[in-house]
Amino acid sequence: MTVDASRGAPPGTLRNSSAELVQLLTPEGERVEHPDYPLELTADEIRDLYRDLVIVRRIDFEAVALTRQGELGIWASLLGQEAAQIGSGRALRDQDMVFPTYREHAVAWCCGVEPIKLLGLYRGVNHAGWDPKEHNFHLYTIVIGAQTLHAAGYAMGIQRDGAVGTESGAATIAYFGDGATSQGDVNESFVWASVFNAPVVFFCQNNQWAISEPLEKQSRIPLYRRAQGFGFPGIRVDGNDVFACLAVTRKALDSARDGQGPTLIEAFTYRMGAHTTTDDPTRYRLEAELEAWKLKDPIERVKAYLVKNEMADSAFFDDVDAEAKQVGMDVRKQCLELPDPGPMSIFDHVYAEPHALISEEQEQFAAYLAGFADAADGTDGAGRADEEGNAS
Amino acid sequence: MTTETLTLAKALGAGLRKAMEDDPKVLIMGEDVGKLGGVFRVTDGLQKDFGESRVIDTPLAESGIVGTAVGLALRGYRPVCEIQFDGFVFPAVDQIISQLAKMHMRSLGAIQLPVVVRIPCGGGIGAVEHHSESPEVHFAHAAGLRVVACSNPADAYTMIQQSIRSADPVIFFEPKRRYWDKAPVEMDLAAAPPLHQAVVARPGDDVTVLAYGPMVKTCLEAAAADDERSLEVIDLRSINPLDIETIMASVRKTGRCVVAHEAPVFGGFGAELAARITERCFYHLEAPVLRVGGFSTPYPPSRVEEQYLPNLDRILDAVDRTFGW
Ligand SMILES: Cc1ncc(C[n+]2csc(CCOP(=O)(O)OP(=O)(O)O)c2C)c(N)n1
Ligand SMILES: [Mg+2]
Repeated sequence: MTVDASRGAPPGTLRNSSAELVQLLTPEGERVEHPDYPLELTADEIRDLYRDLVIVRRIDFEAVALTRQGELGIWASLLGQEAAQIGSGRALRDQDMVFPTYREHAVAWCCGVEPIKLLGLYRGVNHAGWDPKEHNFHLYTIVIGAQTLHAAGYAMGIQRDGAVGTESGAATIAYFGDGATSQGDVNESFVWASVFNAPVVFFCQNNQWAISEPLEKQSRIPLYRRAQGFGFPGIRVDGNDVFACLAVTRKALDSARDGQGPTLIEAFTYRMGAHTTTDDPTRYRLEAELEAWKLKDPIERVKAYLVKNEMADSAFFDDVDAEAKQVGMDVRKQCLELPDPGPMSIFDHVYAEPHALISEEQEQFAAYLAGFADAADGTDGAGRADEEGNAS
Repeated sequence: MTTETLTLAKALGAGLRKAMEDDPKVLIMGEDVGKLGGVFRVTDGLQKDFGESRVIDTPLAESGIVGTAVGLALRGYRPVCEIQFDGFVFPAVDQIISQLAKMHMRSLGAIQLPVVVRIPCGGGIGAVEHHSESPEVHFAHAAGLRVVACSNPADAYTMIQQSIRSADPVIFFEPKRRYWDKAPVEMDLAAAPPLHQAVVARPGDDVTVLAYGPMVKTCLEAAAADDERSLEVIDLRSINPLDIETIMASVRKTGRCVVAHEAPVFGGFGAELAARITERCFYHLEAPVLRVGGFSTPYPPSRVEEQYLPNLDRILDAVDRTFGW
């Protein structure tokens, strides 16, 4: 039995097509123009983007440290993907709706979700600590790809509300990874969005890896080109260029809100950290690759641009660093203060309306726990729970 | 007879390796099973030794993994699919239940699908949601599938090989919080009990305790902790088909029975056990068969999982209650 392993994607097409990439800011911090993506930013706006990038990296850094110290069970780091997330996140309007994976901490930041709320899931005190309606930022979705269909359906709702093609038009944005593009759900969401011309932006962060599997295990063509087969435009953007991510996402969102249907954006970036804190990337990838991507750091290039254009002085950079440090310390403090859920919380919110079985189990468990309290009081603890765990 | 001391994960890996050596048609497929050796390292080293065409890092799509395994089996291969975590088997359920389970019958017996689907299951490792579930009953309820659950390294080694040899599809549950447990493993397959036979893991006289997978160890600990009564712990090992004979022999002797599993009690596998035992051992029973399990809620956040999971005390509490009837 033989399999021709050499029949992968032709070298270069998947990982190195810089010609196809929309870039507005080079890794060296040089501004470049692109005919389809004019972008006017004030010095203030650029400084704000820089501040965002630095702060979210710091939050992420703190969360990784908290995990190492056993305060979080696990963490999915966004290191290296800050520009993709801040650029796209800052392109959103209040009325737009975000459908994230588990790694969109910087998009959450753009939507005003307090950083501490992201930690609950990873600490194991809840499954999600925020109200999606409050921030138009949906729950983190761990099951790969599932949220892309939710984004398509939500967008169909926007259409039915008549909120497309108007001044206050709305859109959804679905985040997912390169690995996710193999899932049936993601491909189905492409079909749905396309057939219904739904206002969805599919924002794929191609960070080159799905845990240990390189992009070649998912695709033989650059991911953005998949869109063509589904009947909508696909664009590859330099995912480490916050300007380009902002401009490209803005245009795609405008087009969706305007009734022009979906766009697939492939943000070409790199997962600088491990998949999660439990992963060991030395088992499957080379240090040299990481070194090459370090030169394309999303933050350094904005800093270089600000310095070159005399838009910021060292006092500004010091202030941002100090602010980021403070945010990090606040997150740490709040994390340590997160209350553990009580045992009876297990029964909360399983159903929106009363449910006999839940009530019954809840009562049984309360009685069971009370048995221990009685025993500790020195009273009779022998008759623990009556029917605990017994559905009779 | 040779024995080696292995962790449960390593024993599974050794069993897979042996099966691949014995039969060139055996393939491994799944997410991250190759270079990484799986997130639990069960397939560690297999790709290096057997090559990329036999140990396949698949695209990230569970329906695809099982659906193509069906196709490979139609072509004469024996694929062993790894589902990364219990909660991620659901995208594959259509292929498993509508295709894999039924094709033998639909073909009037002309087609056999010797596919194994390995699923790490259960909680207790402090994981985020979808990583701690116990979905066995969905598969136990789907005719055409054989469903087994190992509980210790020795069984892991033999049961995975027996499952791969099975002419029918096998859903193979692995107790993920026991992956790191170590025990001596008998490397001679001939010495092993048949795949679908239950075993008495600890003999006793007063009450029968039935478990499979991760709960076997908990029940054994409960038995050791109870100095008043003598608990007979049975490791079912197979939940479909079920070795009812071993169970009946025990319950007829003890007259009492407690079933423990991590999955919710309501509609759980314990319901089937309780009904069957009641039908067959009615006049021997001193008390109803009692069930201990998870609550009828989604698996909770990990900081309360110890409250959700049946533990030694809840098992002994149920044992007590069978005596208070
Ligand atoms: C349906 C499903 N299968 C498997 C997993 C386990 N898993 C978690 S993340 C991941 C890789 C995802 O890769 P990608 O889509 O590229 O996103 P990234 O993690 O790189 O951001 C896998 C396989 C899962 N969460 N859901
Ligand atoms: Mg990825």
